[in-house]
This record gives sequence, structure tokens and C-alpha cells, in this order.
Amino acid sequence: MSTSTVSRPHSSAAAKQNPSRNGGRTNRGASKRAGGFASKLTVNGLLIIGSAYMVVPVLWLVFASTKNAADLYGTSAYALGNFSLFENIANVANQDGGLFFRWLGNSVMYAGVGAVLGSLISVMAGYAFDKFQFRWKDSLFGFVLVGVLIPNTATVLPMYLLASVVGMTNTVWAILIPVLCNPFGVYLARVYSASYVPAETLEAARMDGAGPIRSFFSLGLPMMMPGYITIALFQFVGVWNNFMLPLVMLQDQQLLPVSVGISIWQGYSVPQPEFTPMVITGSLLSILPLLVAFIMLQRFWKSGLTAGSVK
Amino acid sequence: MAIQALTTTVRRRGRALAGTGGRTAALFLVPFFAVFAIAMIAPVIYSLVLSFHSQQKSGLGFGEAKTVFVGLENYVQVFQSETFMEGIGRLGLYCLIYIPCMVGGAVVFALLLDASVAKARKLFQLLVFLPHAVPGVIAALIWAYLYTPGISPLVQALQGGGIQINFLDAHLVLPSIVNIGVWEWTGYNVIILFTALQAVPREILEAARVDGAGEIRAAVSIKFPLILPALSVIMLFTIIGTLQLFTEPNIISKATASVTSTWVPNLWAYDAAFIRHNLNQAAAASIIIAGLAAILSLAVTRLSSRMNKA
Repeated sequence: MSTSTVSRPHSSAAAKQNPSRNGGRTNRGASKRAGGFASKLTVNGLLIIGSAYMVVPVLWLVFASTKNAADLYGTSAYALGNFSLFENIANVANQDGGLFFRWLGNSVMYAGVGAVLGSLISVMAGYAFDKFQFRWKDSLFGFVLVGVLIPNTATVLPMYLLASVVGMTNTVWAILIPVLCNPFGVYLARVYSASYVPAETLEAARMDGAGPIRSFFSLGLPMMMPGYITIALFQFVGVWNNFMLPLVMLQDQQLLPVSVGISIWQGYSVPQPEFTPMVITGSLLSILPLLVAFIMLQRFWKSGLTAGSVK
Repeated sequence: MAIQALTTTVRRRGRALAGTGGRTAALFLVPFFAVFAIAMIAPVIYSLVLSFHSQQKSGLGFGEAKTVFVGLENYVQVFQSETFMEGIGRLGLYCLIYIPCMVGGAVVFALLLDASVAKARKLFQLLVFLPHAVPGVIAALIWAYLYTPGISPLVQALQGGGIQINFLDAHLVLPSIVNIGVWEWTGYNVIILFTALQAVPREILEAARVDGAGEIRAAVSIKFPLILPALSVIMLFTIIGTLQLFTEPNIISKATASVTSTWVPNLWAYDAAFIRHNLNQAAAASIIIAGLAAILSLAVTRLSSRMNKA
């Protein structure tokens, strides 16, 4: 490997120094450049088309949220019409005494707890699976993998049935406890622990007299931070997007996350079209926090994915 | 052997090494397995129990319902239900359209992004990942509007071109919902595949180029085989994810009558629990869905490990 990294710059430098030697190659290079232009056009053109497919629906949401009900049905989709964005936001905010912001707050709370606490629980377990030796390790990890493979929605109804026996439906706990469980996070954390935390470091800490808990919180966890943030970010998105669990568990409108709340408004908008601009503007407002989080944390989720897949 | 080595070192170093034993591991594992037991194991066990029982009203239907053990009867009823089996068939068809479109699209886009002539890679990555930041509910809502005549620029543009199309009629609603899934998940998988492509040793590609392999040839016969492991993981999670299909049809069902309340198995189970109030059948259906997921994911893991060996 080291030879190739050395030889590559060397050979290109040699080519630059005496181009006469590569006389035969220059022709081929020129034709490649002509073909290169066509392929550059094709590749980037296709990339633009693909990205447009991804972006245009979101752009439509942005434009649509600036329109009132009449313009929504009356004007062309990407024309501005009467600019009613602020009016729409005011309508969203005033509906049922600010219920929408209550929903947003609930989503932030559910997803935040799931991300911060749920990921810590996963990271601790993954770290233990990687760094400790104990009995039944393989069979316990097998349970984790089975947990990864069972679809979430297949356990939602069973969870509801169980929660109604113990009287926990329609409480925040019906959401907060399930979101702490992230078997895939454990699996990822084990990979991160193996690649980020050298056993020697822990051994050294142990020699210095640090207990296993202390060395986890002062060495292991900081070293796994990029992995922790990645797991937390994906967990946050997962909980924020979760629809079936809160739909099934919660009846009290004050407890709903924004995903279920908006879908209730959508239900209203079928008989009452004046709700439509509120559904659209509310949708836009509800994705803004995630968009901001993704753009700001871009480096983390990308580096996290890289580390995960290289392993 | 590792354990043996460990115990000798423990004995040698005394207290300092007690940390690697089972008791410390337990300290780290208990929080996870506690929530795992509450959120997964207990519900599954309780559903199993429920699925073997039934509520029966005595005599004329007055008075308290009695819980009776009925064995596999609920499962038989679920499998005999025409609507459930139609839902399974629909889900199968959904998979057949969705998986090739989404995974194929992700592979092509990732390879394009990795091509040496690609520009502005960071920007494209961000744009393509954008839909993943949009919750499933909102994605379904946006597309529901984009499918609705009168409000949709898409339908309007097609009408302008002389094409009358109703995305929400009984024939087209399935591909329309597939499109929502493709929109939501392609970009996410592009990022994973692109990351895997970045890990392909540049020396191999350099060597191929020296040997005269063009960009497309290198993509097909060098890069693609090297991302197969990543691809098999994606397949696994795609299949598990597809079985969860619930949010999108639930939202779309409010916009059109083409999507019934029992359209896919998950909707069927939801309908059984909350509309028909038959919790025992709902439990049996949930167990069937979970079992189906287990069988399919086992099959994919087997298949991919065999492929990776070969």
C-alpha cells in the first residue's frame, strides 16, 4: 500500500517533466477529453435530474405554504399569488389555542429523549458487547439482532395491547419507553466501539486505577462521540417520523406529536378545504427543525456512516 | 480460552481487573435489556397469548364476554380472511415494484456520484438526502397533494400536454404509493452506497484505468461487485421496512377511496384492533407480520452470505 501511494505522485510528476516520452499517449488523451465532455454532461445531467426529483416536492411545499386557500387551487403551482405565508403561519399558530406548537414541543421532547437517553443506553450496551467478556454473550447479542429484524410496526399493536392492560395508554410513557429501545443502535455501537476505542487505552486506564464505569465515561464515550451522535441523530429522526405508535397509543390531543397532529388536520381538510393551507404550512414548519439539524450536523452523520461502513 | 486467560489475569491483578467480568457487563447491559424486555419481548409474548384466545359471549350475547382458549383458530381466520390475503398480495406486488426501483436507483445514483467527472458532490449528496429529513407522514401528504387534480402542478402539466391521468385511481394508486417510498428512501441509500464506493481502494481503479477500462466498465465490473456487501445490508433493511408499510397508505386513504381500511396487512391489523374491536385477531395478524419479517430477513441473510462467499 505504501508503495502505491508513493509511486502515484511520482509517476505523474515524471509524465509532466518529459511529455515527449509519452508522445503516443497525448493523442489518446485528447480524444478522451472530447469523450470526457460528453460523459461529464451525461453524468452531471443525470445527477441534476435525480436531485430535482428529490428537491421539487419540498420546493412545492415551500411555495404552496405562501398561498391562501383560493390561490392554492387558482394559481399555477410555482407562481407566488398573494403572499400569505405569514397569514398561514398565524392561522396555524392560533388554531385551538396554539395546539400546533404544543405538538411540535411534544415531538421535540419524544425525539430528544429517544435520541439522548436511548442512544446512551444503546452505546453502553454496544460497548459492553465489544469490550467485555461474559457468559451468554453470543446468545444475548443474538437477541439484539432478532430485535433489529422485527419490524417496529409489528410490535406496535402488541405494545398497545400490553399498555392497555397496565393502564399506560394515553400517557407520555407509552411513547417514551418504547423509543428508548434501539437494537440497531446497539449493533452500530458495537462496531463503533471496536473501531474507535483501542483496547490498549482502556488497559492503560485500568492500570492507572480507573474503574470500568469511570473509563467508559471519561475515555470510551468521548472516543465514540461521533458514533454516539450518529446513532442519536438517526434515532431522533426515527422517533420524529414515528407515526403508528403515537397514533395507536394516544387519544389526548395535548400529547400528540406533530406527525399525528398534522394527519388529524388532513382529516379535517377533506370536508373543510379551508384547512388545507394549514396542513401545508404546518407540514413545512414541522420539517424545518429536521432540515436544520441535518444541515448543521452534516459532518457528523457523514463521518459516522463512513466509519460504520469501512469497518 | 479468552475467558481462561481473563480469569488468570484477574487473579493476578486482583481488584483492578474485576471490571471485565460479568457483573460490570451487566451494569452496562441492564438498561438496554430492561427496555428491550418491556418494548419488545413482553408485547410479543402477550400477543402470542392473546392470539390463542378469543372473546366469547355466552348465550344471547348479554353479560360479560368470556376469554376462551381457541388454539390456532385466530390464525386460521386471519389466513382465511379474503381482505388479509389481498393485503399480503398487494404488499408482495409493492415489494416487486418498489425494491428494484429504489435499490436500482440508489446504485445508479451512487455510481454517478462516484464517477470521476461528477461535479459538486457535496451539494448533490445534501440534496439527495433531503427527503430523509421529511417524515413519512409529511412525504405522504406532499405527494397526496401532488397527485390531487386541481392543486397539483404535476397533474396540471400533464393535462397541458394532453394526458389525463388520475394517480389515485384503483390501478395507479399502488405505483403512486411506491413512488412515495422511492422518494423517501433512495437518497438515504445513495449515501450509504456512496460511502462504500469511497472505500474502494483507488489503486484498483487506477490499475483498471491503466489497463484501458473506461469509466462505465470500471463501475460495472469493479465498483459494483465491491459494494455488494453494503447492498445486501440495504436489501435486508429495505425488506423489513417494506413490511412496515402503514403510514403512506394510511394518509393516502384519506385522499382517495382506492385505498381501503385493510389495504396492507398492517392496516388490516389496525382495523381489526380499533374498528372491528377484535384484539385477538389483531394480535394474531401482528404475529404473522413479525414472523413473515423474520423468515424473509433470514432468507436474505442466508442468500447474501452465500453470495459473498461465492
